[in-house]
Amino acid sequence: MLQRIVIVGASLAGLRAAETLRDRGFDGELTLIGDEPHRPYDRPPLSKQVLQGNWEPDQTFFRKKDGYDALALDMRLGVRAVSLDLRAGRVALADGTFADYDRLIIATGARVRTLSAIAPRTGLFTLRSLDEAIVLRRALMDAPRVAIVGAGFIGLEVAASCRARGLPVTVIESLPVPLSPIVGPTIGDMVAAMHRDHGVDLRTGVVVTDVLGESRVAGVALSDGSRIDADVVVVGIGVTPNTEWLEPSGLTIDNGIVCNGSGEAAPGVYAAGDVARVANRWLGDSRRIEHWTNAVEQAVHAAENVLAGPEASTSFSSVPYFWSDQYDRKIQFIGAARPHDEMVIIDGSLADRTLTALYRRDERVVACLAVNQPRALIKYRKLLAAGASWDAALSGTSASYPA
Amino acid sequence: MKVVVDLSMCDLHGLCVEAAPEVFQIGDDGALHVLIETPPDGLRAKVDKAVRECPTGAISIEE
Repeated sequence: MLQRIVIVGASLAGLRAAETLRDRGFDGELTLIGDEPHRPYDRPPLSKQVLQGNWEPDQTFFRKKDGYDALALDMRLGVRAVSLDLRAGRVALADGTFADYDRLIIATGARVRTLSAIAPRTGLFTLRSLDEAIVLRRALMDAPRVAIVGAGFIGLEVAASCRARGLPVTVIESLPVPLSPIVGPTIGDMVAAMHRDHGVDLRTGVVVTDVLGESRVAGVALSDGSRIDADVVVVGIGVTPNTEWLEPSGLTIDNGIVCNGSGEAAPGVYAAGDVARVANRWLGDSRRIEHWTNAVEQAVHAAENVLAGPEASTSFSSVPYFWSDQYDRKIQFIGAARPHDEMVIIDGSLADRTLTALYRRDERVVACLAVNQPRALIKYRKLLAAGASWDAALSGTSASYPA
Repeated sequence: MKVVVDLSMCDLHGLCVEAAPEVFQIGDDGALHVLIETPPDGLRAKVDKAVRECPTGAISIEE
């Protein structure tokens, strides 16, 4: 008999797991533990609506305060989980209390990487949490010169938001073509050109060797010997899964919590979201995925399997999906491409920056990218999920190969 | 249950169409349409999934 379920991590995956457990009729004790003081909030708007000043921070909360009454949660916020005792079925918290469970769902997410050997100082920012978004937004109101380290999706969205505020922006990226490992060099070049057209000084193929300024940021030094003057430096160079607290637990940790297809890391212990490596039948592997929808899907899946039990558990199968809003463009990507997969534009054009592209590996279609063409993506989502062949995906289109 | 979509929030991610194609459709006009405003209880799990998976929180259920 399941009486006590504990969820560690009170962001998107943790909340969706709690909601699903209640939706499916679990009426026992449900504990949700989060290290941030805020009730669960949505992260995608932080780099866009919140930074641009279009949303107040409280618009990112998933539920109003009284929206939690119906979930009947023992919600413990502002307290970090520090260790897990699998034998006892107990999570220890930083305030000296414990949470005992019959089943555990771990959704502790990831945290931003910082530049190694660079001391914190005024004007040096990362962007992951609501509090970080609030302090960065405040800094942007002083009309600073902005340097962004890393032209990944977060860095590019911050760049677009800073340009919307009319701020001078330099972006520094170590790759020759931004985003190319994810979307390929052709689309990466298109995105780079879009940012340059919007006035971003995008420096590629260089790395930051130092952050200048003593008590407050004065700029960054680059590996090509140049120097960028800046009052605000935002570092967006990826994330690290929050697994340190689990190292002594006996769970298998290898760039995330390694889980089987049921989402189980050990009997009765499940993981979901950015921290998890759940075996994904569609992908054929168990890589860690940092997308919004992945957190939802794995959380719902884990919650359902918690209630179903090991005998009736289903195995996880999902086509990864993410999107990014930059300027007036929505980039949507579904599937998983590798840098050398062939890419074909089947509608629209690079010149218009409105297009649909398919990615091919051998005889299969493996991914679809759409820029401001959301309907196309819905069509190819179905084909990708069904494992369609390249010919089937391409039939009825007027494919054009990039020049 | 009654399905309510705030079209001003809809971003056409299409995840609801995948979760509950009986209820949601993107029309030829490029907008989201609710095909059944009061779906039968048998579709409850699918509609719940659509609500949970909507990246903009545009879908809600009124009992």
